Amino acid sequence: MQSIVSISNLSKTYAGGHQALKDVNLDIAPGEILALLGPNGAGKTTLISIICGIVKASSGSVTVAGHDIVTDYRSTRSMIGLVPQELTLGAFDTVWNTLSFSRGLFGKKPDPGYLEQLLRDLSLWGKKDSELMTLSGGMKRRVLIGKALSHEPAVLFLDEPTAGVDVELRKDMWALVRRLRESGVTIILTTHYIEEAEAIADRVGVINNGELLLVDDKQALMHKLGKRQLIMELEEAVGALPDSLSPWSLDLSADGGRLTYTYDPHTAHTGISGLLQAIREADLVLKDLKTTQSSLEEIFVNLVKGN
Amino acid sequence: MNTYAVRVIYKYEMLRAWETLLQSFASPVLSTSLYFVVFGSAIGSRIEQIEGVSYGAFIVPGLMMLALLTQSISNASFGIFFPKFTGTIYEVMSAPVSFLEILLGYVGAAATKSLIIGLIILATAGFFVPLEVAHPVWMAGFLVLTCISFSLFGFIIGLWADNFEKLQLIPLLVITPLVFLGGSFYSVSMLPPAWQTVTLFNPVVYLISGFRWSFFEVSDVSVGLSLSMVLVFLGACLLVVWWMFRTGYRLRQ
Repeated sequence: MQSIVSISNLSKTYAGGHQALKDVNLDIAPGEILALLGPNGAGKTTLISIICGIVKASSGSVTVAGHDIVTDYRSTRSMIGLVPQELTLGAFDTVWNTLSFSRGLFGKKPDPGYLEQLLRDLSLWGKKDSELMTLSGGMKRRVLIGKALSHEPAVLFLDEPTAGVDVELRKDMWALVRRLRESGVTIILTTHYIEEAEAIADRVGVINNGELLLVDDKQALMHKLGKRQLIMELEEAVGALPDSLSPWSLDLSADGGRLTYTYDPHTAHTGISGLLQAIREADLVLKDLKTTQSSLEEIFVNLVKGN
Repeated sequence: MNTYAVRVIYKYEMLRAWETLLQSFASPVLSTSLYFVVFGSAIGSRIEQIEGVSYGAFIVPGLMMLALLTQSISNASFGIFFPKFTGTIYEVMSAPVSFLEILLGYVGAAATKSLIIGLIILATAGFFVPLEVAHPVWMAGFLVLTCISFSLFGFIIGLWADNFEKLQLIPLLVITPLVFLGGSFYSVSMLPPAWQTVTLFNPVVYLISGFRWSFFEVSDVSVGLSLSMVLVFLGACLLVVWWMFRTGYRLRQ
């Protein structure tokens, strides 16, 4: 399938000498949700800003639906909606006026019916005549999404869409993103909330120090890099591990009451049966046991640390 | 051409003026009326006619130019500076609009507002002094060219300024003195010969002179020279704006 966004050898060095992006290559499929994870200053916003035309690339190229973002900027920008990280809105505009402005700016003729439906979907219809300065932070965030969607874009960039919003609104946002994807919109979101990527993304890209460390299917990523742990609570604490358990490389907690076995769940033999047999033979009595799966967060932290 | 974009930018800027009606239109009218009261009535009654024109009428073109220049610069500079200041400029920069379309929207609206103010001031002046315009087409031409040129100049200031102080710096410290020293309230011929030469380095002299000629057929420099100077200034502003857009100066990193 042809990529809707294709990034080739993209680099950006700012006037001050800071290299924000280093030879980034990325292809985004139509209709997918891609989460770009990375710490502050990793280059996420720079990457988005270049695609949207706000920042000039130092080298490399980007195409949107086959159109170059520099030579054919009218085509590419009319296909893109951007929700910026900051709540950048004119204080005295009304919700309706600001959405109408955005639609016109992106070259679309007025369509009050579409805007009404959009505002209803965003639960903002009742506020259409309100001045933006009177809205709560969550509502302003939704207005920004409305502005980005006002010209019916095929690709939506969400730059830290849930930064500083409460849990309830965050979940509302996720539901909205899923609905948009169902309507065929390709969504690229940047976040440093792992939970967010884990909840809504199809693919995850990890970016750090301007380098795209990896891009993979979320499940495949967790499958490839995720570890599982078997945690066993002992009925009686032990001072040291018996020698017979040494082949399993167990971790003994400081209080001697818990054993942790880290294993790869995708191998044919995890070693769990043998371990449990050896524990029994070592006369250790288990009080409780549970397994845990590495979260995307742990994978991310390990990748960034490694980088 | 993205005509929808031009329309919404233009409409947005005009709406901003409408919502601040007192500040946008009433304030310049009040200031001009005060100038008429102070210069026209209080001082003007003690001054004889200048080149056959009563002093009250003589200062009308200068007063109009004073308002046009300051309002054009203020409207256009604020129009582009404020989105930069609040960060909402990101939307314009990421939209499928060319620099020409951005210019048409912002500068077109600023020039329109100045033109309206100029016409309101002309009408206001009619209450204070009897006025006749000898060359209405030339007058309209100077009016429109001045509004466009100085709106472009204001747009340049708005792009250049990165704080409110810089936004006010050139209008207050450069433009206002140039207008006052450019023959708004006097004829250049009333100055000592040495100062007459110095005054010719003031570009506003040519604007006021040409504009005054269109009213009373009296001028400090030839009308052709005045028109040439306005066109040169317009061309210079267009060149600077083109360079700013081409390089992304203060707009794109």
